[in-house]
This record gives sequence, structure tokens and C-alpha cells, in this order.
Amino acid sequence: MSAVRASSDWPAVGGLAGERGPYFGDFGGRFVPEALVAALDEIDAAHREAMADPAFLAELDHLHRTYSGRPSLLTEARRFAEHAGGARILLKREDLNHTGSHKINNVLGQALLTRRMGKTRVIAETGAGQHGVATATAAALLGLECTIYMGEEDTRRQALNVARMRLLGAEVVPVTIGSRTLKDAVNEAFRDWVASVETTHYLFGTVAGPHPFPVLVRDLQRIVGLEARQQVLDLVGRLPDAVCACVGGGSNAIGIFHAFLEDPDVRLLGLEAGGDGVDTGRHAASITGGGSGVFQGSRSFVLQDEDGQTLESHSISAGLDYPGVGPEHAWLAASGRAQYRPVTDADAMEAFRLLCRTEGIIPAIESSHALAGALVLGRELGPEGVVLVSLSGRGDKDVDTAARWFGLVSDADLVASEAARVAETPSQTEGSGW
Amino acid sequence: MSAATVTGGALHRHLGSRAAAGRSLLVPYVMAGLPGWAELVGEFAAAGADAVEIGLPFSDPILDGPVICEAAERALAGGTTAATVLAELPGLAAQVPLVVMTYSNIVLHRGAPAFCAALRAAGVSGLIVPDVPFAEAAELGGACGAEGIDHVLLAAPSTPPGRLGEVAQRSRGFVYASAVMGTTGVREHLPATAARLAADLKALTGTPVLLGLGISSPASARAAAAVADGVVVGSALVRDVLEGRGPAEVGRRLAALRTALDEA
Repeated sequence: MSAVRASSDWPAVGGLAGERGPYFGDFGGRFVPEALVAALDEIDAAHREAMADPAFLAELDHLHRTYSGRPSLLTEARRFAEHAGGARILLKREDLNHTGSHKINNVLGQALLTRRMGKTRVIAETGAGQHGVATATAAALLGLECTIYMGEEDTRRQALNVARMRLLGAEVVPVTIGSRTLKDAVNEAFRDWVASVETTHYLFGTVAGPHPFPVLVRDLQRIVGLEARQQVLDLVGRLPDAVCACVGGGSNAIGIFHAFLEDPDVRLLGLEAGGDGVDTGRHAASITGGGSGVFQGSRSFVLQDEDGQTLESHSISAGLDYPGVGPEHAWLAASGRAQYRPVTDADAMEAFRLLCRTEGIIPAIESSHALAGALVLGRELGPEGVVLVSLSGRGDKDVDTAARWFGLVSDADLVASEAARVAETPSQTEGSGW
Repeated sequence: MSAATVTGGALHRHLGSRAAAGRSLLVPYVMAGLPGWAELVGEFAAAGADAVEIGLPFSDPILDGPVICEAAERALAGGTTAATVLAELPGLAAQVPLVVMTYSNIVLHRGAPAFCAALRAAGVSGLIVPDVPFAEAAELGGACGAEGIDHVLLAAPSTPPGRLGEVAQRSRGFVYASAVMGTTGVREHLPATAARLAADLKALTGTPVLLGLGISSPASARAAAAVADGVVVGSALVRDVLEGRGPAEVGRRLAALRTALDEA
């Protein structure tokens, strides 16, 4: 590795990469109760100061190197690439990070920021449990109190991650309002925050929400693209033709896209969760299948009905199962700088299987959407093409889902696993107990 | 602030003159779409409400606690939309001004100018959108002004002095002072944060200052009336509706609050 820039480098002022909110074109802003505005101002100021403070940046850099395992590897997927028209496929290995995904990059930065602001407690939302586990991890590391909101439906689907969070000392609160999934967990975290903002930081998990979260989380995830850009140059001797990343809220995608925004010849392709297909209405593709609206704090694209009510999203991937998307993605889509396409559950699972069989890497189902995009793009580009893929997380958490999808377990096994799952389901009255 | 923005609409004049006459203002909340909601508006007017808030349900109400969340879920499950509610309002022949409360996407999805025009056509005179804070309020404020709708702004215990002044100056109809850092809900006592915020706001504007969030009982209403120009009451009334009480019975709860305020 040569000359990988620190996560601290701010983008050059001006141009696409210099946009710092609160607005990205027509998108972004702060659509939250007045009671939270002062806290958002405080985070904004703390973020700006921290990013200019060498001591803060050195501590974050130290954690990256000695705790989460940065820089993450760049792996060329040669056998997988045979199925992608022979284009070179380069995987940015965020799956190798501590806690198993890119989420730790954001969480470590915000946990340090929490301490810097003198707050003693963090709250967070989680869907699949990845952001919740990462947050509980950072809270344990820095001695912060931690409460994680998780839709009751998700606590059932991801019982193992509930146990992980509790092992790490976090309180996990199952949310029983609304659709009982990720969006309801976000709502409930906001409700906690309005009442607890004096002592509590809302450690938001993605590049959505009210300003400054889209910018703060992006700045903490930029390291993915900064590393990858240099790694590709070192390996190939030129920039990639395209960068592929999955997009739910959009933090891993912004993280890897951002370093390439000012490279007009590099195509940026975000892959949304197409579920059963965008035309079926059962999907989570906010950009390709939604419309402009205000959702959970910012103006962006959202799945909504004709009255403006949020619609439930559907995806095999819990981490992409969210009806909104970050405002910077909305802006990149509207401006044409990045393109967004839906990938169906079936296509994502096919790419999942292929990476397992050809490379010996079990990817997260989220990241498999990016892999499916790379297969298509590689065939479009041909053998001369170079495609960088954000392998944002590993698939350990998805083994159960995948085994069912591919019919790898017998009915008897399924019954036994279901029984264990029911036994593991956390009770609502349980607090921070294991 | 230019002098022009100091003018207000029908709600502003109505509440302003009542407060000037020494009356403690009482603004109850109705979740549109729940059983009996339309009758409840009339009951509230008869029980001494000075205006009635009409809640348009939203799928993701982040400033609302469990009672209003459940009410919104039930209303939505029953097929309630902004359009169905606004279509019913003229038929209520309400004897007091109506103030719509809803979240920003319900307004902006239709477009703020079109939404405000629809409010006006339905006879609504005020609008509260709790997830549009002052910094985002210009577009909505302009659209309200164009249709003569009074745009009610919220202040919170955490609002810094500079912005408090702007909210106080710009809010029309009344200033919605959040009694507590928290969501809507039933609370036993008036939170300590309420008195200071109300006093600060009253020093900044002649527009009535109403305390809301967590004011449920005659005692807390009386305490609120001692420091503010009146109260907004939501969850305590909506809880009655959710528990199956009819409009007349819920109206009696409001009448008890009216009595408490008049004695204060």
C-alpha cells in the first residue's frame, strides 16, 4: 500500500465532492422537531472541529489500524470474473473488518465524537443487526452506555445478533410500533433522543437522516474509497471503469463512490434491492422505484403512496430493507453522476452463490446486490474492463437465510432451527440482561 | 422581520382577542379518522375549546408517543387520508377555528401551495407541522401566507435564545411551546422546563403562547395557565377515544379542563 490518504482529508472545496450539506441540490435538510435542532447543531460543530483536530484524527486512525483492521484488502476475483465477461473484478474487502462490515468505520468515529461532546450514552437503530452490533462494540470499547432499537420483527429474524449485542453489554429494545422493522426502529430512536438529548448521542447508521448525519457518516466512510482508489491504481496502473456498491441507506456506497466523484470517466453504479422486482411493488428500491419526499429527517427519494404515507419495503436482505435513501444519493442520481439499478432477490442470491463457489468468500446478501451488478457491468465492459466492487460485509449472518433459499437444510433441520429460534426470541420486558 | 409578516389570519385574530380578554386558551386535539372524530369536534367546541387541532395521521410520526402513534395507525388502517379528512371538514360546520396538524411529507407530497389551498377550501385556518423546524419553514410559511393560513411554529426548551426570538416573531395563531423535551404523551405534572420557556416566549411576543406536550390533567392545565396563555391537550383525550369512550364522554373531560383553566 502506498500513499493511502488519511480518513481526515477533507474533499477539495468546490465540485461534486465538496458538497457539505445541509442540502444536496434539492435534497437533504433537517426535517425534525425543533427540540432536536440544537443537538444537530452541536454534532455539526463537533464534527467540524474534530475533523480539524490532529489528536482526534490520530486516535481514529489508531483504532482503524489496531482494532478494526484497516486498510482493508483489495482482492482480485479471477474465477468470479470468468462469469463477468472476463472483466477484471476487484473486491474491496470491508467484510474483513472487525464486526464484519463497513459499519465499524462510522461507528468508531461517532463513538469518539460522543466522548468528545461529553455525552455518556449512545442510541442506535438496527435492521439486520450489523449497525447495532458495531455500535454495541464501540460502546463497549469506549465505556459508553448503549441502547439499540430494533423492530420486533427483526429481533426474531436476527436473534443471533440480538444475543451479540447483549453480550457486548447493550440494551436491545424491540420496537412494537408500525411495521416493526428498521424504519420503526429509527422512529423510536428519534423519540428516545428527543427526551434524552442532553446526555445521549444518536449514533446514526447511514448517510440518511437530518443534516449533519449524511455528511458526518459519509466523511467517516470515505476511507473506503480513498484506500480503494489508491489500491486499484497500484494494482492495475489506472482507475477502474466502474465502481459498484449496494444501496440501502447508502453508507458503503457513498464511502466508496466519494473518492471517485471527480473522476468523470469512472462510472458509479448503485445497486438497490429490487426484491421480487420493482414492477411487483415488493422491493426496497427508493431511487428506481420511489419518488421524492421527506422521510426521517431529510428530503430524498422514498417509497410512498399517493397520500405521502411511507410504504413498507421488501428485500431478502435485511440491511437494504429500508424505504428511504440518503440525500446525497438522490442528488447524484438526479444529476446523473451516479446511476442506480435494482437487483432482484433472485439475482442477488445467484451472485452470492457464485462468489462462494468461485472465490471461497461468503458475502453479505447486501453486498451480493453489488456483485450481481458487477456481473452485468463486466459483461457490458468486456475483457478490457476493470470493475471495483464494494464487498461491504460478510455473510456469516446470512447463512440461515441462504441455506433456506438454496434448500440446503432438510425439513427436520428447519424445524429444529425454528424451535431454537423461538427459544432465543427476546422477551419485551427483558432489559439489558444477556 | 418585516412589519408585513406581523399580520395574521382568522386564527391569529380569534385567539389573540380572546387571550387579550383574559381567557386562558384551550386547544384540544382530535385524530381524524378515529370513530366519532367528526362529532368530537362539535363536542369540544361546546365544551369550551377555543380552537380544535385536527390531526392528519402519518405513518412515521417521530414527535408522537404511544397514544398518538396507535391512533394514527388505527386511522390509517381505516383508510383515512388527508383528502378524505379535508373533504369532511366543511360539513362539520365547526363553531371554532380548525388547525390541522400533520407531518411534512403529507404536506410536501402534494406541494405546500396546493396543500394550503386545500386547507383554505376546507375552512381550516391554521397549520402545525412538527417536523418542519424554523430553518426549513420558509417555503411552508410562504405557502400558508398566500392562502391566509396561520402557520404555527414550535419552540422547545432546547431552542437557543436567538432562534426563540425568530420563532416567537414569526409564529401565527399561537406559539406552540413544548412543555418538555420529549414526545406527545400523558404526564402527571407540568414539567419544570415549561415555566421558563413560556416566560421567555411571552417576553418576546404578543402572540398567545400555548404549552403543549404532556398536559393532561386539570391540575397541570391550571399550572400551565399560570405561566402561559393556554394549553394544547392531545394524548389524554385521544387515549379516551382509543379506549372506546364516545364523543360526549370525551367532551366532558375537556369541559373539566375548561373549568380548571377558568378557575386559574
